[in-house]
Amino acid sequence: MYETHYHRASSVDDAAAQFAKGAEAKYLSGGQTLLPVMKQRLAAPSDVIDLAKIPALIGIEVGGDNVTIKAATPHYDVSTNAALQKAIPALAALAGMIGDPAVRYRGTIGGSLANNDPAADYPAAVLALDATVKTNKRSISATDFFKGLFSTALEDGEIITAVTFPIPARAGYAKFRHPASRFALTGVFVAQTKSGEVRVAATGASASGVMRVPAIEQALKANWSASALDSVSVSADGLMADLHGAADYRANLIKVMAQRAVKDAA
Amino acid sequence: MTAISLTVNGKVVSGNVEDRTLLVQFLRDHLNLTGTHVGCDTSQCGACVVHVDGRAVKSCTTLVGQVDGASVTTIEGLSHGDELHPMQAAFRDNHGLQCGYCTPGMIMSAVDIVQRHGGKLDEATVRHELEGNICRCTGYHNIVKSVLDAAGRMSTAQAAE
Repeated sequence: MYETHYHRASSVDDAAAQFAKGAEAKYLSGGQTLLPVMKQRLAAPSDVIDLAKIPALIGIEVGGDNVTIKAATPHYDVSTNAALQKAIPALAALAGMIGDPAVRYRGTIGGSLANNDPAADYPAAVLALDATVKTNKRSISATDFFKGLFSTALEDGEIITAVTFPIPARAGYAKFRHPASRFALTGVFVAQTKSGEVRVAATGASASGVMRVPAIEQALKANWSASALDSVSVSADGLMADLHGAADYRANLIKVMAQRAVKDAA
Repeated sequence: MTAISLTVNGKVVSGNVEDRTLLVQFLRDHLNLTGTHVGCDTSQCGACVVHVDGRAVKSCTTLVGQVDGASVTTIEGLSHGDELHPMQAAFRDNHGLQCGYCTPGMIMSAVDIVQRHGGKLDEATVRHELEGNICRCTGYHNIVKSVLDAAGRMSTAQAAE
C-alpha cells in the first residue's frame, strides 16, 4: 500500500471538510473493498477519511411504511436486526449473504452502494425496492443513483448518509455464487409493492452494473409465481461474458434466480 | 505518522505508526504477536482473523487507525495461562489441524461462531460460517468436528459459571 493519511471523522460535516482538504481523498467505511484495492496499489488516495465511527451514520429505523438503514451500519447488524427481519425479510437475508462473517462485521451498506461493484448485492435490493439514497446534500432515487460499472450519481466529496426502503408487500432475493470468489455470478431481487407494482433487479449479470429486468417484471405483474416465468426468455444483450459464464448463460441464470427469489419471497 | 492506543489481549499498547499500517502488521511487526498469520493478504483466507471488540474480523483488511481505542484479542490472548481455551483444546483433541497455518484464524472465527449461535450449532451451520477461512490440508472434516465439540464444551463451561 502506498503511503496515505488516515483521519477519523467525528461527524459528517467534519468528514466533508477533511475530504476537501485532501489532494486526492477517499472516504473509508468498512474498508472491505477499498483496503484490498489500496493494497494492490490500484488506488492511492492521499487521505482516507474514516466514516465508520460517526454516530449519526449508524443504526436502523423501522417505521410503518419505510425502513431507513444508516450508511455506516455493518452488514451483520442489518442481517440480525429483528425489526428489519420482520419488515423486509429479503433485505435482512441479503445482508447475511454478503461476503463471509468477518467481512459482514465491517462492510457497510453505504460503502457497498458508493462503490457500486457490478456483482455487489445491495444495489439489487436498492433498485428493486425503489429505495432512496440520502446524502449530505440531497436525496437520490435508486433509478438515478446507479450509473454503470463502479460509478454512481455521487459528486466528488458527497457522502451517503442513509438509505430509505419502502416496505414492500413481498420481496425475495436469490443469488448464484461464483464457486470460488462467492460473489454473485448473478443475483436477482424481486419485489411487489403494496400497490401491486413489480420491480425486479439483477446484479452480477450486466456489463453495465445492476439492471432492471422488464420481461420478468411484466410476467410477475400478470401472475406472481415462479411458474409464470417458465416461458419468459431474458435477452442476453449487454450481459457480461467471461470465463465464468457466457452472456446467454447469465441470461438464463437471471430467470432461474428470479424463480427462486419468487419462491422464497415473503 | 499517527499515535494510536488500543487494548491487545487485555494490555493497553500504544505507538506511533505509519497511517498505512494494517492491524496485522501492527500485531506481528510492532508487538511481535506472530500467532496471527498472513495467508492470502487479500481478505479471502482468514488466517489473520482476530477479535475487535468481540467481533471476528480480518486484520489484514483493517488499518490499525480504524481500531484505535478498541479492544483486540489475538490467538495469544485466548488461553488462561497454560490452560487452553476450550476451542484450542477441541482442535488438539480432534486433530483439527495439520500444518497449522490456518489454525489461529480458524480458532478465532470458530469462537465467534459459537458465541453467536450458542448451543444451536449444527454441522451445516459450522461449514457455512467457516466460509471465510480456508484450509488447504484437512478437508475441513476435523475442523468442523472440533468446532462442534468445542461448542458443547463452551456451553457446559458457561453453565458451570
